[in-house]
Amino acid sequence: MERTIFHCDLNNFYASVECLHHPEYRNIPIAVGGDVEKRHGIILAKNMLAKKAGVTTGEALWQAKLKCPDLTLVKPNFSQYLRFSGLVRKIYAEYSDRIESFGIDEVWIDVTEIVGRYASPRALADEIRNRIREEVGITASIGVSFNKVFAKLGSDYKKPDATTVITRENMKEIVFPLPVEDLLYVGRKTTVKMHQLGIYTIGDCARYDVAILRRKFGKWGEYIWTFANGLENSPVLKEGREPMVKSVGNSTTAPRDLKNLDDVRIVCYVLSESVAARLREAGLRCMTVAVSIRDNDLEGCVRQMKLPCPSDLSDEIAKAAMTLFQANVDFQKPLRSIGVKAADLCVGEVPLQLSIFEDQEKREENLALEKTIDGIRRRFGAQSIQRLRMLEDTLLSGFNPKQEHVIFPESYFKG
Amino acid sequence: MSLKEYVDVVIYHRKDGQIKPLYIVWHNGVEYPIDKVMQITRAASLRAGGTGIRYTCLIQGSQRYLFLEEDRWFIEKKEEK
Repeated sequence: MERTIFHCDLNNFYASVECLHHPEYRNIPIAVGGDVEKRHGIILAKNMLAKKAGVTTGEALWQAKLKCPDLTLVKPNFSQYLRFSGLVRKIYAEYSDRIESFGIDEVWIDVTEIVGRYASPRALADEIRNRIREEVGITASIGVSFNKVFAKLGSDYKKPDATTVITRENMKEIVFPLPVEDLLYVGRKTTVKMHQLGIYTIGDCARYDVAILRRKFGKWGEYIWTFANGLENSPVLKEGREPMVKSVGNSTTAPRDLKNLDDVRIVCYVLSESVAARLREAGLRCMTVAVSIRDNDLEGCVRQMKLPCPSDLSDEIAKAAMTLFQANVDFQKPLRSIGVKAADLCVGEVPLQLSIFEDQEKREENLALEKTIDGIRRRFGAQSIQRLRMLEDTLLSGFNPKQEHVIFPESYFKG
Repeated sequence: MSLKEYVDVVIYHRKDGQIKPLYIVWHNGVEYPIDKVMQITRAASLRAGGTGIRYTCLIQGSQRYLFLEEDRWFIEKKEEK
C-alpha cells in the first residue's frame, strides 16, 4: 500500500517561541543567538522580519548586525523550546505512533493508517497545522508525500504555516526543478562536484547515470540518486523505538581562538571530563572516540578512532581525542570550536574483555578517583576540583559543558 | 506593555484528579468568584504571550480566559488606554 508520510517543520522555531512570549518582539526583527561576550556568536533562528533583512541561520552575530542594524538579539532559552517541542509532539501522538524526530523542531509522521478517515491527506495536514497554531501558538509547515525525503522537501517548499503535497503525479513539476543542494546529504562540497557534472537541479540528478554517481561519490552517490528519484523507502521509526543514546558528545566554541596544542588540550580535557561523567551517569562505556574540528573560517572535519578497550575514563578519552587533534590539526588557521564525542556505546555492566597490555588495576583506581570527583562536583560545583592544567588559562577552561544544555544535530541514518 | 497578568487562583482539587478554579484573587486582595467554567482546552494566548490550558470562565457576567501555564495562572489584561 502506498504510504502517506508527513514531515512537520516548526517555522523559525526558537524565534517563534520567543515572539509568542514577548508580544513586543512581533513587529521588530529579532534573532535568537548565542552569547556575544563568550563568542558563542551565531544566529540560531530569526523571525520573518529579520529574514527579510537578509539575516540567515548560522551566520555570526556581527554579520547579522551589519545587514540589519536594528536587529534585537535574544538569548536562547532551551528548556522553553524543549517544552514546546513536547507540546507539539503530544498533538502528533494523537494521530500516529510512528513519529520520528529529526532535531528538536522537525518530525516525520507515518499517517497511512488514519488518513483514510479524512477527505484528503491535505485535510489531515491542515487540521494538524491548525491545532498547533491554536493550541501551542506557533506555526508549522507540513510536507505530504509517499516517502520521507520528498515529505521533507515539501515542508521546505512553502513557509510558514502551509501544506505542500507531493505525489507521484506532480513530483516532476514540484521536485525536479528544485536545486540539487535541497536534497538531504547534498552539502557544500557535494554541490560543487554536482555542478561540475552539470547537475544543477534534482531532476538533473534523477536523470543522471547512477553508475557514474556511484563512481564519483561512492555509496552516497547512489543514495542521493535514490532520493532524487523518489525511490527512498525507509520506514518512519516507531515512537520509543528510536535508539536511546548512540553517542555522548560535547562541543564548544572557545572564548578565544585556539592557536596551539596547549590551548586545544585545555578545552579537550574539559570536554572529555564532561563526556566521561555523562557516560558514567548513564552506565555506558564507549569503544570509539571522535573529535570535531572547526577553524575560524568555519571549515571543519570529524575524525574518529577505536579504543583498545571500552572506557568511561576521562583520561583515556582525552588522550585518544588529543591523538586525533595532533594528527589532524596543523594550526595554519586557528580553531574556533572543537568537540569530543564517545560512540559505539556498550552497557557498563557487561563483562569486560581485559587487555593484557593495559594495567587493569590502575584503571580501577582511576575509575574510583573519577567517581569521587563526580561526587565532589555534584556537591560543591564543577569548578570545585580541577586539573592543574585548567588553571593555565581559566578563560578557556571556564565553562561547564555538562550543565550548559546543548542540542546536537541529528543524522538521517539511524538504527 | 505586557498584557500578561499572573494571578492568584484558589483551586478545588477533586478526588478523580480534576481541578476546578473557584476564584481569582486580584493583587489588591479583591476576590472574583468564577461563576462557571464554560470550556477547557489547550490553547495559546497570542495577546498575552503564553501557552497552556485555557479555562473559559464566566466572571461577574462576562467571559474571561484564564490560562494555566505549567504551574502558574495568568489572564489576558485589557488594553490600557
